[in-house]
Amino acid sequence: MFYAYFRLNDESGDTMTALLTMTDIDYRVGERQILTKINLRLEKESNLMVVGPSGSGKSTILQIMARMISPSAGQMTFDGHDAFTYDPMVYRRRVSYCFQQPTLFGKTVADNLNFPFEIRNQSVDETRQHELLAQVNLSPDYLNHDITGLSGGERQRVALIRNLVFVPDILLLDEVTTGLDTDNKAIVHSLVDHYRDRGGTVVWITHDESEIAAADDLYEVVAGKHTQEVRHA
Amino acid sequence: MHNAVNVNNVSLAFAAGLVLVALFIGWRQKLGVDRDMIIGVVRAIIQLTIVGFLLKYIFAVNNVLLTLAMILVIIFNAAYNAMKRGKGIPNIFWSSFWSILISTSVTLSGLVLAGAIKFVPSQMIPISGMIASNSMVAIGLCYRNMRTLFRDQRQQVLERLALGASVHDSAIGIVRECIKTGMQPTIDASKTYGIVSLPGMMSGLIFAGVDPVYAIKYQIMVVFMLLSATSLGSVSACYIAYRRFFNDQQQLISASDNGK
Repeated sequence: MFYAYFRLNDESGDTMTALLTMTDIDYRVGERQILTKINLRLEKESNLMVVGPSGSGKSTILQIMARMISPSAGQMTFDGHDAFTYDPMVYRRRVSYCFQQPTLFGKTVADNLNFPFEIRNQSVDETRQHELLAQVNLSPDYLNHDITGLSGGERQRVALIRNLVFVPDILLLDEVTTGLDTDNKAIVHSLVDHYRDRGGTVVWITHDESEIAAADDLYEVVAGKHTQEVRHA
Repeated sequence: MHNAVNVNNVSLAFAAGLVLVALFIGWRQKLGVDRDMIIGVVRAIIQLTIVGFLLKYIFAVNNVLLTLAMILVIIFNAAYNAMKRGKGIPNIFWSSFWSILISTSVTLSGLVLAGAIKFVPSQMIPISGMIASNSMVAIGLCYRNMRTLFRDQRQQVLERLALGASVHDSAIGIVRECIKTGMQPTIDASKTYGIVSLPGMMSGLIFAGVDPVYAIKYQIMVVFMLLSATSLGSVSACYIAYRRFFNDQQQLISASDNGK
């Protein structure tokens, strides 16, 4: 059984101003308890770093935040309303989850960067695509590149900007820098900083010491016991 | 009709010797199919005998309701068999039933309205059987492929959902691939009719002494009919079934999803 307890900023915060809150969230699969009594409060424009050992339920928390899975018990609010009253499709466009090992689909980079436009029935904005590619040090020519010819770092960067074609309210990053070299990490950090500068809210999962050191707020999930570690920058 | 085939009981008994050949091969090669083969042969004899007498009665009565009831029984059985290919997909029997009902009723209606067949049991029932069985095979292939693709492309579907795509937009690639899988055998078979195989209906008519040129017309009709049936069956089955892989929260269902 894993037990975790989160508080962002201070425990007496006003729920009405929080962008996202989780209250007494439980998640279990059959008889197996994955999460117990998760309480979390996420303010707008905050940068929350979630840390803890492998298998402690960090990704599960992010997947619940993104409504990719539903909790077994507990409440979650988003923008002052019950998160589960939003249409899931609309909600996920505002709370965007980037997977630990993202998969690119289709044949080319363009297939991936066109997709967010296609699902919104909007015509593709190539200027926006070029702007995002530039932010991750990729030239506009990359739009026509075959995804099978991309390096691991390039694939990760394309996956990340795919989540940012339409700017979400919250960006959930699940160990997105794991396995990347220093240069690729720096590019990802720069992209996330740019997103934050525009008022974005970020929740990270990471094991990277340099990212942990740079975090504004740090929370730890540890199996089997209630832990709370808060560090404000 | 003077050349019409005449299978008497003695010739049928001799033909049964061919089963012994198959049994011998199975035994010699240690295939372990002896039991299944015997059960299959016995079932075929019993089922066909019962159906033979049943059809004789229904053809003689020539009643609309009885004809429709017989067609429904065929569709029900076809749906039950298609269901076996979709094990693990919730409510898959009804998905199969509605799909085969749609493909059979639309195709039959088209044939009757075009004057290709008459609404008499001796034409409606055999044609329904052909349509339903081909739809059943097509739908079975769709289900099998759908289960495989949802497993193999699970991450891609999740990525699309996470980007804010609808269930439809997340799974449309899989749906299209499965429809194609369902239709492909019929398309492939239609390309080789006449040069590789002399298909069932045409062979049957020729056996019965009908002019081959006249038999061809019927076979061409069957080709059209089966293309329509398998496409309708595959499309409706895939569009009904793919939604069963998601819950009401538009989440991809998995064993680890507890659901709220």
